[in-house]
This record gives sequence, C-alpha cells and structure tokens, in this order.
Amino acid sequence: MDALFAIAGRDFVISVSDTSNARSIVRMKKNYDKTYKLSSHTLMSACGESGDIANFAEYIQGNVRLYSVRNSQDLSPSETANFIRNELASSLRSRNPYNVNMLVAGVDRNTGESSLYRIDYLAAMSKVPFAAHGYCAHFVYSVMDHEYKEDITLEQGFAIVKNCLKVLKERFIVDFPGFTIKVISSSGIREYSTDDI
Amino acid sequence: MARRYDSRTTIFSPEGRLYQVEYAMEAISHAGTVIGILSKDGIVLAAERQATSNLLEQSIGSEKIYEMNDNVVAGVAGLTADANILINQSRIIAQRYLQKYDSPIPVEQLVRRLCDMKQGYTQFGGLRPFGVSFLCAGWDSAFGFQLYQSDPAGNYSSWKAACIGENFSNAQSILKQEYKDDDSEGSSSTAGTQMTMDDALKLTCLVLSKTIDTAKLTSEKLEFATITLKNNKPHIHIYTSDEIDQVLTKYDSVIKPSNND
Repeated sequence: MDALFAIAGRDFVISVSDTSNARSIVRMKKNYDKTYKLSSHTLMSACGESGDIANFAEYIQGNVRLYSVRNSQDLSPSETANFIRNELASSLRSRNPYNVNMLVAGVDRNTGESSLYRIDYLAAMSKVPFAAHGYCAHFVYSVMDHEYKEDITLEQGFAIVKNCLKVLKERFIVDFPGFTIKVISSSGIREYSTDDI
Repeated sequence: MARRYDSRTTIFSPEGRLYQVEYAMEAISHAGTVIGILSKDGIVLAAERQATSNLLEQSIGSEKIYEMNDNVVAGVAGLTADANILINQSRIIAQRYLQKYDSPIPVEQLVRRLCDMKQGYTQFGGLRPFGVSFLCAGWDSAFGFQLYQSDPAGNYSSWKAACIGENFSNAQSILKQEYKDDDSEGSSSTAGTQMTMDDALKLTCLVLSKTIDTAKLTSEKLEFATITLKNNKPHIHIYTSDEIDQVLTKYDSVIKPSNND
C-alpha cells in the first residue's frame, strides 16, 4: 500500500514517499520516513516488508559508509545502485530473501549529473527518468508519462509531483497521512514539506 | 648461529629487521629494469628482458608487462613465477570489483589489495615473501593518471617517475634531473607535470640507454606499454617489437651518446 515515486531532472532528483507505516490493515505510525541517506548525495527509498526494509537498508547504509571510510572516496550513485542490486540478487538466491523494492536517487559529484535507479524485490534494476513502486504506481505513472519532459526544471518537477499527489488523493482508496519529499542536487539532500512545493 | 634470524620470514632480528624481506628486495635489485614515467596525457612503462640466450625462443606475449584491468597496466621486476600469482590475483580482484559496482576499480584500491597480499607473506609463518616489485600505471575518474611502485614488504607509493630493478638508483637520479616538473600549483589536471607523452617516451629511452648494460638497445630486450585516454576511456597499448624499434629509431639521438662513452 506504500506510495513511492521519484522524478529526475538533469541535475536533481525529487524523491517522494508516503509516511505511513502499516501492517495488514492496521497503521502503526503515520510519520514514518521511508528514505535512507546513503551518502551526502545519494538517497534510497524503500517499500515492501517493513522488517526486511529496515534490515536491508541498514546493511546497505553501513556498507556504503564502510566503503567511504576505507577508501576515503564516496561511491557514485551508479556504483551504489549496482552494489545494492548485487546484494539483493545474492539474497534472492538464499533461503530467506529480502522482500524490498527500492528507488536509488543521486547526483554524481564528479560529473554533476543526476541519476535514478529503480530496483524491485527480484533484483531487476533499470536507470530511468521517473519511477514508482507499489499500488501508487498504477496512478502516478500515467501522470508522469503525460507530463514528463527531458530537462525539466525543479519547479516543473514539483508541478508533476503535485499532480501525482492530487491523483492519489482523488482515485486511490488509501488515504495517506503525509509525504516525505526530498530533493537531491549537487548541494546535497534537502527536505521539502508538501506545502513548500 | 649467525643465521638464526634468516630462516624465517616472520622473526625480527635483534636490530629489528626482517632479513627474508630484505633478501627479497635484494633479489629485485638484480632483476631487469622497469621504468615508469607520468605525463600530462598518459603514462609510459618500459621493461628490460634480461639474459636472453640466442637459443631461447622469443616469447610471443610480453614477459614483463601485463594488463591487470582495462585501466591498469603493470611492469614486473623480480621472480616471474611469483609475479604470475600476483598478476592473476589482481585480475580477479579487478573483475570482482567490476561485478560488484559495475565500474572499473580505482587504481589505488587495486594496488592496495595486491600489497595486502604481499604483506601477508611477510607476517604469517613458514612462507617466503613474494620476490616481486610492481610499477602499476593506471587511470581512474577520481584521480586521473597514477603511477604506483610496490615492494615485497607490501609498501606502495605514488610517483611521477619511478624505476625498479637493476641500476634503479642510477635511473632514479637521471629521472630526478631530467623530469620536467610543474611548479605552478593546479595548472594541470594530472599531478602537476609539464611532460608530454613524447617527452616521457624520450626520457624513457634516455634512462634505458644509461641503465641497461648493453651495446645496443633492441626490441628483443625491451618491452614498452602506454596508458592514455581515448574518448575519455583508458586505453592500454602494449607495443609490438616493430613499434619498439620505431620508438628506438625515433629517439636514436638520445640513445647514441651513451654508446660512445
């Protein structure tokens, strides 16, 4: 039931996730942050089995950090995404695989270019301009398909996000308590409230 | 009793030395010379093949210069058999990194992993250290062209121009004199050097002619390799014997004078 989507511009990525933490039909928490900061310029958002998410995300977070400490150099977003995919692929072939879907968004500090990777629980990865996971994908993909253009500005990106949220409110039977909106750009990761955009 | 501290690699002598490791380094200083020179737009590696008998078949591949990965090429001084093990390992390390991160391994990381392996053999008992030094020339997106030297103890260091093997101290003093350093900070992307690839090849020929004890430099006794950038991707070129002859003819004027004295 999670809502997880992201839109990439040339030098930024907007990541949106709902703030509800639920099991079955019961909501456990309504201000839950589903994003994980992997480095100063890389953000991962995840949905799926909540225990798996916490465990897997912390494992990834720890290992990406360990790489930076060992090599005094951060992994680029593409390297990070490939590492995550690789770890998930090995977990998939174990006795108890992680059930996690992820969006990895980041800006490469060497080239300044943004990138967005969509990874599902079967460890299929693709680099995309926009992506969504979960039931919300049924609604927001059509909006993004319709409105996304290459080289959109941050404001245009926010406009698409607004329309996505509007559609979710109007058509989706789930009522979300709120959304985490984060923008990754060359200056790092910044959080916005739904009123800001 | 004089040899009490010689027989094991892992035991310090009372003066705090590891003799086996020092002997390994001594073995290397009798091996064929390897020279590496960093320039603005690439790195030149050159190696000497020692003691070829005229009965010996010329080997087809290169003996002293190996590609470790798409972005790293290494020159070897020391025991070739030991080097083969390390070269093989380094290729596996590089491929594992590529599989994990889908990007070429940063040069220093590869060198460090290799040196970790070398270090292990100076500490864990019953083994002899690798009698090999490497000159690793490589390129990565974060730090550009880099030249690393490593020794049997597992130390490594980064150089603008370096030499290992026979006569390395002579070669190093020539390099120190002739290498055109860039004084102005940050004027070039690669570690402040004024050298071009041509300069580097020329200097390599000069150093080779003064360090190798032979009447005439020939392609039979030499190996050359370069790493440069092509379409923003590292490109390693290991010279054929014809190409080596061309280089030697081109820089004949630098090589000649030493033959006269």
